[in-house]
Amino acid sequence: MRGWDLGDTRMNDTSANPRGGALGDTLFRGASLVAALTVLAVLGAIILMLVKGSMPALGKFGFLHFITSAEWNPVTEQFGALSPITGTLVSSAIAIIIGLPVSFGIALFITELCPVWLKRPVGTAIELLAAIPSIIYGMWGLFVFAPFFAEHIQPLLTATLGRLPVIGALFEGPPLGISVFTAGVILAIMIIPFIASVMRDVFNTVRRELRESAYGLGCTTWEVVWKVVLPVTRAGVTGAVMLGLGRALGETMAVTFVIGNSHDLNTGLFWPGNSIASTIANEFTEADGEIYTSSLIALGLVLFLITFIVLSLARIMLIRMSRQDGAKS
Amino acid sequence: MNLYARRKLLNVFNLTASVLATAFGLFFLVWLLWVLFARGFAHLDPALFTHDMPGPGSEGGGLRNAITGSLMLTVLGVIFGAPLGVMAGIYLSEYGRGGWLAATVRFVSDILLSAPSIVIGVFVYEIMVAPLGGFSGWSGAVALAIIALPVILRTTEDMMLLVPDTMREAAAALGAPRWKVITRVVLRAARSGVMTGILLSVARISGETAPLLFTALNNQFFSLDMSRPMANLPVTIFNFAMGPYDNWHDLAWAGSLLITLVVLGLNILTRAFLRGGNQKG
Repeated sequence: MRGWDLGDTRMNDTSANPRGGALGDTLFRGASLVAALTVLAVLGAIILMLVKGSMPALGKFGFLHFITSAEWNPVTEQFGALSPITGTLVSSAIAIIIGLPVSFGIALFITELCPVWLKRPVGTAIELLAAIPSIIYGMWGLFVFAPFFAEHIQPLLTATLGRLPVIGALFEGPPLGISVFTAGVILAIMIIPFIASVMRDVFNTVRRELRESAYGLGCTTWEVVWKVVLPVTRAGVTGAVMLGLGRALGETMAVTFVIGNSHDLNTGLFWPGNSIASTIANEFTEADGEIYTSSLIALGLVLFLITFIVLSLARIMLIRMSRQDGAKS
Repeated sequence: MNLYARRKLLNVFNLTASVLATAFGLFFLVWLLWVLFARGFAHLDPALFTHDMPGPGSEGGGLRNAITGSLMLTVLGVIFGAPLGVMAGIYLSEYGRGGWLAATVRFVSDILLSAPSIVIGVFVYEIMVAPLGGFSGWSGAVALAIIALPVILRTTEDMMLLVPDTMREAAAALGAPRWKVITRVVLRAARSGVMTGILLSVARISGETAPLLFTALNNQFFSLDMSRPMANLPVTIFNFAMGPYDNWHDLAWAGSLLITLVVLGLNILTRAFLRGGNQKG
């Protein structure tokens, strides 16, 4: 793939191109370079503007105090991000706990079990689930899923898991269906297609000989997947999960509809809460006063830093994975 | 139970779980679509396209201004984003191949692809809305362009890399300058793929809500003025869903169905487009 290197000096030599290709080449190359650099500039500008915008708040409260204080009071202008940060992390954790096994199951079904004629329709259907805009998940979550959850699933969970010692306290709260837990479940449904389709692609890179030799030794399908495919694709699978986590952390609209937008911190997952993204979405246009706006921008900065780290790790894992099978083939 | 039976049992159990997981995923797709049709289809009537948004407490109404606004914002977002995305994709596949700059741009673009869109909204608020002193359609279009950019960039690069190098070498051997090789040969061969990327970006940004909340805002009235707040479907759905009136909820469902049909339609179209293109090539 790297053969396209014809040597720029010769290509730009006017004498070799009497119709004046040199100027065109310089301009075209320059334009494409500028476009590529714009991508870097956008990222740089986002970070710069977020840092600049959050300076008044961070200067007043201090970064450490800002992320550890749970007080959020626009009247006295005291702002701490603990509650939104907790809500973001907890709802994303719920999403991964539910979404990871399901995604793995779907990827396993598509790569190992599914008859060939069914592979494309099932794959497409799962990818369409990823294409549905988050506002639609929000509408469905608020009007359909939350009432259903409050009526059928929540009592069931409280009656079973809620009775266990220690973790039982997590499954408490009012029967509203508007809660951190509901947000986590909807996030799980939203990230399943992302994780599943990356996992499927990663599983498909495993060499046929590896699978066949395992089957030849008498392995069951499950043993082939669990003991051969999964160890070989470890980096890629981790990357897929991190990619899903990055999505879940930054998801705004679906969460804003169902999380309840309360700044209180509760141990019970069925209590309303909030997330960084939902707090910004709800309060940004209404925020008056420099410190209030600046605190919301600081929330945005915290969110951007967390997702930046998670997504970078995801990409590094996936790049490592593709290098690995490049070396093998 | 002997080892052999246990292995078999574990295998059957886990494979059944895998089938159930797939059914679980598909079940939610069906549930979502069913709810959208059940609640939105009845209100998908001509009035939706000919009447403007109803005010608080008033009867009936439609989404004409929101649909118009969404179209304008999406089209402008793509007009801003596509040239940048395609040119940057060209740089990655033609000039920067294997270099550190291309690798960095690709990495950053992939991060922007999944970055929280609400943060993009805050960013555009700070660079455009705050300095210019007001919410505007222009700032909404810029926010959408930033979201479209990485989608277009990535597809363009992937599609141009599919063009065999022998075609580039053949054109260069005929004496064509490099920019002509790229625009007349490579880009032409990858045309359907690049178009697919642009269509995918339309699908992606036409449902985006978060970046519009503090940029285009919303507008209850019909307006084509891009320098003022602009009505748009996603934010209207958000506001109407949170509102207390039944006809607002009905319109929100109709709008949701409309957006979903457009987005899924574009996705299916691009798939058909790609498959057709591949068969020809």
